[in-house]
Amino acid sequence: MTEGFLEGWLGGAVLTSTPIFYAALGETIVEKAGLINLGVEGTMLVGASVSFAVASATGSVPAGLVAGMVAGGLFNLLLGPLVIVWGANQLASGLALMFFGMGLSAFYGKPFVGSSLDGLSSFPIPWLSSLPFIGSILFNQDLLVYMMIPAAAAVWYLLSRTAWGLHLRAVGEDRLVAYAAGSRTGLLRHQALFLGGVLAGVAGAHLSLAIAHTWTEGLTAGRGFIAVSLVIFAAWSPLRILPGALLFGGTLALQIQLQARGAQVSPFLLDMLPYLVTLLVLVLLRNSSRGRMPEGLKEVFESSREGR
Amino acid sequence: MVKKTIVLAAAALFCLATAVPRVSADTIVGVLHLGPINDAGYNQASHEGIEVLKKNIPGLKVLEAENIPETADAERVMEQMINKGATIIIAQSFGYLDPALNVAKKYPKVTFLHAAGYKLAPNLGTFWGNNFEAMYLAGIAAGAASKSGKLGFITAFPIPNILASINAFELGARTVNPKVTTTVTYNNSFVDPVKEGSAVGALADAGVDVISMIVDSPITVVKTAEARGIYTVGFHSAALKRFAPKGWLTGVAYTWGDLYTQEVKEIIAGTWKPSHVRGGIESGYLTLADYGPSVTAETKEKIAKAKAAIISGKLKIFQGPLKDNNGNVVIPAGKAGGIELLDTTNWLVEGVIGQAK
Repeated sequence: MTEGFLEGWLGGAVLTSTPIFYAALGETIVEKAGLINLGVEGTMLVGASVSFAVASATGSVPAGLVAGMVAGGLFNLLLGPLVIVWGANQLASGLALMFFGMGLSAFYGKPFVGSSLDGLSSFPIPWLSSLPFIGSILFNQDLLVYMMIPAAAAVWYLLSRTAWGLHLRAVGEDRLVAYAAGSRTGLLRHQALFLGGVLAGVAGAHLSLAIAHTWTEGLTAGRGFIAVSLVIFAAWSPLRILPGALLFGGTLALQIQLQARGAQVSPFLLDMLPYLVTLLVLVLLRNSSRGRMPEGLKEVFESSREGR
Repeated sequence: MVKKTIVLAAAALFCLATAVPRVSADTIVGVLHLGPINDAGYNQASHEGIEVLKKNIPGLKVLEAENIPETADAERVMEQMINKGATIIIAQSFGYLDPALNVAKKYPKVTFLHAAGYKLAPNLGTFWGNNFEAMYLAGIAAGAASKSGKLGFITAFPIPNILASINAFELGARTVNPKVTTTVTYNNSFVDPVKEGSAVGALADAGVDVISMIVDSPITVVKTAEARGIYTVGFHSAALKRFAPKGWLTGVAYTWGDLYTQEVKEIIAGTWKPSHVRGGIESGYLTLADYGPSVTAETKEKIAKAKAAIISGKLKIFQGPLKDNNGNVVIPAGKAGGIELLDTTNWLVEGVIGQAK
């Protein structure tokens, strides 16, 4: 392959993996609380459209980002009454949330179709960005890319080292026991949904403000579902999300990069690559995630004990 | 396939124009668009054509509907328009063909015009513009602007009319620089701005300095290329130019206004007959968008000459001998490919780096 291939590919991989990373990190918090939200795709779309709309209207990218985060958090909260208060089926409710998010973002995003923003541009870190090879891959990206490691560390700390995290995980394992121990299980789960939505909002904002620089209906193109599978892949560990996201982002970027470098492979085969890698890795890592799934999630799939 | 020659078209237009057709003030036209009419892409180009139609036929009433899926919903929208009094329906997306045929059967007095369709009915005709001729001319601008000799082309799928456009782009560029190559990337979707943006980055990293595209809304491609400091050749709508004030070379834009005007006038005058109306660069269904600042006078003249030669028939874009990028002869010496290549191309010409299947 030609020179610069590796550099181009890895740089593309880091950028492509960023939105998937934030969405999966948010979903990890939700799933640690014993909930599963299949509607991440819809939440990302709401975050992407709101952040683009607010950034367009105010001319301020930070304002757009914050608005996208708040909108994502509030949108995820819609799931609360359904699955936490009334005990509706989580899988069906999540899918309904996704379709609602697709429609809502298309409707409110409409006036912004056909416009464009400079958005979140890359912010080269002085000195580091001029390092050979890794400079362009790691240090010539946008701020949300740099925030990935701090965000993963913060979520890990929150879940593993704080009392709130301990309560949340207890709820996710067995909410009857947690309730008996005095946890406010409903409140905790709503908080988890909100935080998960905020991070999905960041993911959406990164898509519209940093990569596409525009808004169009269905901008996420399935990346929300990749994020949901990434949580399982990372065995519900916030620290494993980053390598997982890089692997997914890497295969997505490879698909483009191979074509740009003139590789003799059918574009249809290349399109299957991310999913083939997913299958392969899930088979290879089948043992590592065993026993790590929050017990509460098993209920969702086996629906053996529904109710509060 | 009935093909109207430019002479016939011009004569018809002239006659109609001089006869000052009695445009009944109560004629209502219904138009269906697949996407939003402000997308700086295909739908915006269609909408701008409708605006020209309205200007050309004062008093004409137009009902436009956006974001109509290519399903039974399209039939319902057409029927609603007919109930509101529409006697002409313009169905602007390929997937509206069967819905339009169904409704056409139910309402024989309403006339239907469909974009790019391949079926006819007594009250349904189709129209389309030959995109590869304009792409050839745009390729000349790309070949002249490129310093690296590497062009890029971002699109969705390897389908015949897209492959024909890529081939014409490369052949046009080669008239300026015989060694120029065009690298193609497919996103497997007409709408995935995130992949489109990544593809611009990957092509630029590989040394490409002019990018063209066929995607539904090319804003991301044009904008990202501008940020990377490389040139772009747009597609669908001339409105794209504003996203790349520096790097814009030219673009291929659908300009349906005169076609709509002619068809609607014929329908009102009662002389319209169902046919497959197809036109190339001579017809005005497609035009080259305004040139950007870095296109030289010399290049503009070259393009003008090539355009005149295509219209006069002296220049055949797909003049044999032509080889595909695997070395097989696809058009033998002495033969030339024509408009049928829009539906039959399944190869990429020598000099294109990419896969045709």
